[in-house]
Amino acid sequence: MSNIPDELSYTKEHEWVAGVEDGLTVTVGITDYAAEALGDVVYVQLPEVGSIVEAGDSVGEVESTKSVSEIYTPVGGEVVEVNQSVADDPSLVNSDPYGEGWMFRVRMEGDPEDLLSAEEYAALTSGDS
Amino acid sequence: MSRPTPLRDVHESLGATLTDFAGWLMPLRYGSESAEHNAVRNAAGLFDLSHMGEIFLTGPQAGEALDYALVGHLSALAPGRARYTMIVNERGGVLDDLIVYRLGDEEFMVVANASNYEKVSDELKNRAKSYNVVVEDRSDQYALIAVQGPRSQEILATLTDADLDGLKYYAGLPGLVDGRRALIARTGYTGEDGFELFVANQDAVPLWNAVMAAGEPYGLKPAGLSARDTLRLEAGMPLYGNELNAELTPFDAGLGRVVKFDKPGDFVGRSALEAVKDDPPRRRLVGLVARGRRVPRHGYPVTKDGAVVGEVTSGAPSQTLGKPIAMAYVDTGVAEGLAVDIRGSQEPMDLVELPFYRRKK
Repeated sequence: MSNIPDELSYTKEHEWVAGVEDGLTVTVGITDYAAEALGDVVYVQLPEVGSIVEAGDSVGEVESTKSVSEIYTPVGGEVVEVNQSVADDPSLVNSDPYGEGWMFRVRMEGDPEDLLSAEEYAALTSGDS
Repeated sequence: MSRPTPLRDVHESLGATLTDFAGWLMPLRYGSESAEHNAVRNAAGLFDLSHMGEIFLTGPQAGEALDYALVGHLSALAPGRARYTMIVNERGGVLDDLIVYRLGDEEFMVVANASNYEKVSDELKNRAKSYNVVVEDRSDQYALIAVQGPRSQEILATLTDADLDGLKYYAGLPGLVDGRRALIARTGYTGEDGFELFVANQDAVPLWNAVMAAGEPYGLKPAGLSARDTLRLEAGMPLYGNELNAELTPFDAGLGRVVKFDKPGDFVGRSALEAVKDDPPRRRLVGLVARGRRVPRHGYPVTKDGAVVGEVTSGAPSQTLGKPIAMAYVDTGVAEGLAVDIRGSQEPMDLVELPFYRRKK
């Protein structure tokens, strides 16, 4: 079973989102389930600080040995910070997906895309894990 | 539904991520594929290759039948030795790349890729019809376990009295490993020294467990298909379906040396291959090393000044080089200023000759 912290929100594209309830700046990363499915992450392309994104936009990509996946932002707004550490050391996505493996922060404008609770995300990923 | 190998339960108990490969349920990785890759380069790795096909040719004309059916000169192979060769169609297109072991004067074993072995088996039966030989597909009876890496011999030596020192690269001998009958072959697909053990299905699990236990003090890890692919890519070894296919001749792939025109008699594809053997190839198989960190992958265009000059056949991040690498067919004569179109972005690449990695002897 993959690790799915209760306090986070999730997307169908296997991102996690923290800080939505404050309605201010949210933090986005990919889930333990996604990291496990990708295998060793070797490259992370992050959005540019200052860029304006809309919920659902592809804003980056994650490459592993065998595959490449896009990173979607579940919220719209301005990208205010990216995790340079994860760009420098992509293995943080595997070792600590909910902590040091975070990817970017967005100052949220408008409503987020349909987000899933931890319980709903667990149900989504239990079918084939 | 994918077919399991005899080792499926073992893989599951080791926490493997299983994947469908050529109709088989195979371990993709057990944990970190990079760690598995590095274990094979620095110590040893253990692979389940039971999806490979084993086809036996037995009879007084087994060698002659293979001389006709394949591009190599197999009747000249000494018993106990093995050869890398290919089977082509009448047009010279590669149907599969193979390793053929001569087990005795009148017995050969052809090892074919999982994706091709039924086709290879049918072709061999068809091509051997007029020879005094029995062709038998025994893929369902054999499991194949590979121990690969610089510590392989030390590990295997703890389980067998067979003369491993005397076993040359591309040779095989029957022996007992952990008390089980095996064909011990010094072959592999990783660029390292190593052994492939052909055993009866029912011996696969105990043998696997014995090698795991024997290998632990040496740093042996179970390794999946993901590591196998990056290891063979660094070693510049072709993969059927990527670098080889029925539209390409062995000469197109830069492997014309496997075609033995000087062997006696006709062989399937001879006239087509003789017609093209001296043609300057339009493209050649080369290595690309990325200057950036994005990974060129199978099917991506190779470009120069915006024009397409080739195509990537395999690509992956290389543990050994610390950079993404790829094999690609690139127009002859083009060597500088290359890029790979990675999802719309032209990522600069340096062309290198294959292989990327060669082990120290």
